[in-house]
Amino acid sequence: MRAIEVIGLTKSYGEIKAVKDFSLSVESGEIVALAGPDGAGKTTLYRSICGLIDFDCGEVRIMGHDLQSEFESIKQVMGYMPETFSLYPDLSVEENLNFFAGIFGVKREELEERKRYLYEFSGLAPFAKRRAQHLSGGMKQKLALCCNLVHQPRVLLLDEPTRGVDPLSRRQFWEILKQLCKGGTAILVATPYMDELRHARRTILMSGGRKLAEGTAEELIASYKGTVFILPWLPPAQTIDKLAKLPNLNFQRIGGALRIRAPQGTSLDDLSGQLLEAGLEPTDLKQVSPDLEDVFVDLISQEPGVSANA
Amino acid sequence: MNRIGQIALKEIRHILRDTRSLIIAILMPILMTFLYGYAINLDIKNIKLAIFDFDHTRASRQLAESFYNSGYFVRADAQPSLSSPETVFKQGKAHAILTILPGFEEALQSAKPFEIGLLVDGADANLAAATTSYSRIILHRLLEETLPHENMPFVNLSQLVLYNPDLKSSHFFVLGIIAVILMLISALLTSLTIAREKETGTMEQLLTTPVRPYEIIIGKVIPYIALAALDGFLVWGFGIFHFGIPMNGSIALLSAFGVIYVIAALSIGILVSTLVKTQQVAMLTTFVTTMMPSVLLSGFAFEIRNMPKFLQIITYAVPARYFVSTIRSIMLKGSGIGVLWHQALGLGVISLVLLTLAIKKFEIKVT
Repeated sequence: MRAIEVIGLTKSYGEIKAVKDFSLSVESGEIVALAGPDGAGKTTLYRSICGLIDFDCGEVRIMGHDLQSEFESIKQVMGYMPETFSLYPDLSVEENLNFFAGIFGVKREELEERKRYLYEFSGLAPFAKRRAQHLSGGMKQKLALCCNLVHQPRVLLLDEPTRGVDPLSRRQFWEILKQLCKGGTAILVATPYMDELRHARRTILMSGGRKLAEGTAEELIASYKGTVFILPWLPPAQTIDKLAKLPNLNFQRIGGALRIRAPQGTSLDDLSGQLLEAGLEPTDLKQVSPDLEDVFVDLISQEPGVSANA
Repeated sequence: MNRIGQIALKEIRHILRDTRSLIIAILMPILMTFLYGYAINLDIKNIKLAIFDFDHTRASRQLAESFYNSGYFVRADAQPSLSSPETVFKQGKAHAILTILPGFEEALQSAKPFEIGLLVDGADANLAAATTSYSRIILHRLLEETLPHENMPFVNLSQLVLYNPDLKSSHFFVLGIIAVILMLISALLTSLTIAREKETGTMEQLLTTPVRPYEIIIGKVIPYIALAALDGFLVWGFGIFHFGIPMNGSIALLSAFGVIYVIAALSIGILVSTLVKTQQVAMLTTFVTTMMPSVLLSGFAFEIRNMPKFLQIITYAVPARYFVSTIRSIMLKGSGIGVLWHQALGLGVISLVLLTLAIKKFEIKVT
């Protein structure tokens, strides 16, 4: 069933439209990723879906319940992890879990079993007595997730849960999400990391409060209209600055290489010629297949007022 | 109900784990009590007294001697000069001037009414208070000793205190502190605890759970009511056992007033917390809206009737005004509800208004 359904949601702060006519839906047992640059309106969208802020128009339905009229029923089936760490730092792992279990009305006899399950699956058991403030970033996020799982929600809204978390913990976090999803939970998760998008069934790209694209990773990549090249070494900074002035080309430093996005149909020779003209000998330049980041950079660069070199 | 309990339990943990704040919350009232209580209760001796004797009789000299022999007064280095008494005070030559006009002895003998002038430098309120009361006792005792009882003339000590007309006693201050402490603990700590949840983002998390706003408020407020009550009783006990303040009235009545007063204070705390986003702003705002009026506009430090008219009107909106005067009348004079009903009414109305506003303003939305 449609676990999360958002139709034509619009929210503005004064003159600024943070979210414009946004629609999305997430099925039970599905992970949908929400990607977009900072300031895209992701947090405003999350807060609107959670009922934390009033939106101007549109409709939100969670597990078939209307947000406006059945907010209290929705709270029982929903878990929301805000962007910032939102647990009590002076309470221990176990006390935080007990507290959220208490306010979600989890029965005492169920609680022990629930905690055992959550400890096992998050790896938090050895830290049960440790205060939340002394946990590592990854552990904190796992605890925050667990606190939102004590009441076995059907819908999880996660606002950038892996931001600032080390790669190993991020991978573990996603494994947890995939497990939950197998159990039928619907998950809408925002992420700033492109490499995480492959874990999601679908990805929604958001920018400037609007939806730019939606689809599976393959679909999105297939929609990419351009050619991508890679120069496996870095030219001097002044040269790159000069290159950046070339029309229709996008340059991005990735590690020790330069990724060059060119219009559709550009051949290796065309590009080599252009680069030579600009004073760069394109040794070892080669064409590569596009990835999600290329798609996003391309889509976002078409947005007015957004820098492509984000 | 369970959810309120959960919030309260969590709040108690916060309080107990924040040792520094807890120590401040308990030590500060005691410290304040001692500071105010002792600053006023110190034995006052060696008051410099100038006696300007224009009567020059045996009786007037006897009166002067009894002042200087009392142990409280010493001779001031000031002549019955033509200079104004203010000059004497300003130069610090005397703390008080006793003026005996001609006709004192004659008045005693013929049992006629007579006035003796006492001019006191009120810059030091405690000293001034001691001076007037000592003087009255000394004069009274002398008259009793020297004259047959039936012939007791009406000798009046006409006293005038310069610079600070309202005199305070430690009783007044210590009781006033209870009002200030209750306000401080209830309003400040409540606004801080809610602001803290906003600042750290935990409020955002809480509001998506089934917990209702009123449950958050009640759960949060319970531990602070307990802490405020503890502080109140602590200061109250110190006042009675250490400073010997009498408890002439009903404890039940005093407690009832205390509860209404604390509700007003908590409501202010909640109101402030709905308006601010950070603990720092909450602290400043609460300080300005509760501590300052409670100290300055409640009659705790300054007599309300000596304030300009517009300030007097403002004091009616200060909850501490009602509690300060009530606790003084109940404890010192043993007043009952018959005398205090209008105070109860005033405080009740304010509390009700503040509480209604607080509940209305405490919203479920994040801003």
